[in-house]
Amino acid sequence: MSRYLTDRLARYAVFAGAAVSFLVLLAIAVFVFRGGLPAIREIGIFDFLFGTVWRPGQGQYGILVMIVGSVAVTAGSLLLAVPLGIACAILLAEVAPSGVRQFLRQAVELLVGIPSVVYGLVGMVLLVPAIRQLGGPGYSVLAASIVLMAMVLPTIISISEDSIRSVPASYKEAALALGATHWQTIWRVLLPSARSGIIAGVVLGMGRAVGETMAMIMVIGNSITFPTSPLSPTRTLTGNIAVEITYAGGLHRSALFATGIVLFILILIINSIAVISLKRGGHAQNLA
Amino acid sequence: MGACNSAGGVKVSVRNVNLYYGSFQALRNISLDIPACAITAIIGPSGCGKSSFIRLLNRMNDIINGARVEGSILLDGINIYDKSVDVVDLRKRVGMVFQKPNPFPMSVFDNIAFGPRQHGRHNRMELQEIVERSLRQAALWDEVKDKLGQSALALSGGQQQRLCIARVLAVEPEVILMDEPCSALDPLATLKIEDLMRNLAKQYTIVIVTHNMQQAARVSDMAAFFMMEQDRAGVLVEYGPTSQLFTNPKDKRTEDYITGRFG
Amino acid sequence: MPRISPKATQRIAIACVWGGGVITVLILVVVIGYVLVQGIPGLSLNFLLTPPKGGLAGGGGISTVILSTLYLIGLTIVILVPIGLGAAVYLAEYAPDNRVTRLIRYGVEILAGVPSIVFGLFGFALFVTVLHFNFSILSGALTLVCLLLPTMIRTSEEAIKAVPYAHREAALALGATRWQVISKVLLPTALPGIVTAIILCIGRAIEETACLYVTMGGCAAMPRSLLSCGRTLSLHIYYLAMDTRDFAGAMTTGAVLIITILVINGITNWLSARFQRKMKGAT
Repeated sequence: MSRYLTDRLARYAVFAGAAVSFLVLLAIAVFVFRGGLPAIREIGIFDFLFGTVWRPGQGQYGILVMIVGSVAVTAGSLLLAVPLGIACAILLAEVAPSGVRQFLRQAVELLVGIPSVVYGLVGMVLLVPAIRQLGGPGYSVLAASIVLMAMVLPTIISISEDSIRSVPASYKEAALALGATHWQTIWRVLLPSARSGIIAGVVLGMGRAVGETMAMIMVIGNSITFPTSPLSPTRTLTGNIAVEITYAGGLHRSALFATGIVLFILILIINSIAVISLKRGGHAQNLA
Repeated sequence: MGACNSAGGVKVSVRNVNLYYGSFQALRNISLDIPACAITAIIGPSGCGKSSFIRLLNRMNDIINGARVEGSILLDGINIYDKSVDVVDLRKRVGMVFQKPNPFPMSVFDNIAFGPRQHGRHNRMELQEIVERSLRQAALWDEVKDKLGQSALALSGGQQQRLCIARVLAVEPEVILMDEPCSALDPLATLKIEDLMRNLAKQYTIVIVTHNMQQAARVSDMAAFFMMEQDRAGVLVEYGPTSQLFTNPKDKRTEDYITGRFG
Repeated sequence: MPRISPKATQRIAIACVWGGGVITVLILVVVIGYVLVQGIPGLSLNFLLTPPKGGLAGGGGISTVILSTLYLIGLTIVILVPIGLGAAVYLAEYAPDNRVTRLIRYGVEILAGVPSIVFGLFGFALFVTVLHFNFSILSGALTLVCLLLPTMIRTSEEAIKAVPYAHREAALALGATRWQVISKVLLPTALPGIVTAIILCIGRAIEETACLYVTMGGCAAMPRSLLSCGRTLSLHIYYLAMDTRDFAGAMTTGAVLIITILVINGITNWLSARFQRKMKGAT
């Protein structure tokens, strides 16, 4: 009865696949933490997180500058991407005729497909010189924000569009029947109802912005200075790792792994917020 | 090719069967004997457990979480719920046609050959023979003999259902279960399938669930009337030869249903 | 009351919304357009077939880079598909609805959010160092497999779940074993969706940089085996721009990348259009 043997084997093989996937996550946690804990133990968690000086050559390992840099760049990109993204989502969900919609959707898909390095390259060649005209070296928080915006935009657009679309049609009909204009319906009824989905999309976008590395290194300058204006260069958590890992050893390398731990935890928090937000959104719609 | 030289033997014997989905009892104390080489119709209002009952006969209920069966169901004298019985083999002997035609998204040929292939037949010539025989038995051969390579989804609803019947015939069952096989079809296609059923009954034991009383009256030899009690469990109210059940029902509830006073 | 009328507000707002759409498309056009315009002039058969000059001056072609990229993607897919598909089949068909399953799903979700550079650190620690694979295509591929697992699993699982329940029932009722139902009915029917999943993963692999930066080594020589170091097209652009300032070369490589991605996108669209037609019954 070889049919039954195959059936049995298949079941084990398939479970092995699932097990491997889970093990990978465990392995990542183990290796990254293993790599980084020596540094945290040696440097001390407070000095590590809040120290303002990062000079491995002199044994100083404070990543506050990088934290601020990541925050600045993420905030900047969201500032640009959220209005733009929501506008496009409204366009796709409510305003555009179907031909334009198809076209725009394809365009957004293409936007996703372009490798981040290419954005970085164009940023280096076009954006940085342009920003230099405004002052500073050109390599700046502003440049990084613009480059990141392009990468975060598609996430915000597609999740926001889905949220707006899933608002029950009855809300829209009720509003229109009361004499509201189309825009009033969108602004006062649809967007607020879709709020938690949109927030989830923004939070997910935030996660992507925090995690982006190479494209950002190309335009941000990577100097370990606090960003005092959008035009100043700085360094982010991800950039810190990528720029120094290839030649770091010993405690230095461990400190970079520790930066990885910080990133890992940060992303976990951000993604959990997004998931909770999405769940709450569904709940609210059921109540109404 | 069921053994139908001597019609009148009992093919499937259901003894004191209770069916539970978790803590909910779906069927209570069902007992009846299904004769070989005849058509037995299961009738009754919706929700009374007719589909659940018929799925007991080929153990399709096994795939539902929390389904539990008490009692015994004997196929040719052997309890199909016995541990030694191979479910996969059982489903070869007891085939099923579903309410909504569900051909695989493959060619007509591959649909019919699916069953035999799973049971180990791979010889191309053998398969061609089986496919032609099954399609002829299902009265579909003439309509599709030039289209064997085409997608089965391109056929009409009635043709698809006959295809599903042919697909079951290809595994050479002894019993064919039909769960409201015509409810998704138009009247003309329905009549074709009813004709087909009468022909098939010469070789196979057929159990059909139907909502349509006229169909039951037209087609079946024996009829079993099911009903739902207060606690939503299904029970067998009356079982007997169709002509007798419809003209001279013994139970008042049967009479009410037949004459349309409810359901 | 000098307030703007609702109608006027609407006109302004709708104009802004359209403006948003225009800006988005403009970004796309500028980026793709600039790279293609700057890059295509340098694109020639010679460029594709000669190796990069290496060193700090830049120049040369991208032949070795293309080869490294192909090796990397090939190896990644060969390892990724069995594991990812297996996990997807397990989750879609076998997994009971209990804590262990929920844990596995949760794990996959978390994995999906981890930044690429953290995967790079992991790959550096495990494959490059502990397992002594060193900076190599193998290390890069294994790291990529980990990165891409959630995508492969999610998309494949959706494809399998999309197969109508009726097909499972029909196959079971014909006396097929569970594995036969999966291998002979579910997987073939879900195949276009699975192929889409694979192509999606290939696309992501091509554009990945951070995790490969730390595991592949970045050398520009001809890869002699899977244990040789190498660089992908995306990484090559990075190195050209940052180390050698050979922007012309970077643009041309970028053009090659963009054209490849456009082609892959086109193939995926064509495949899903064919799939739609097949499901509807036309042949």
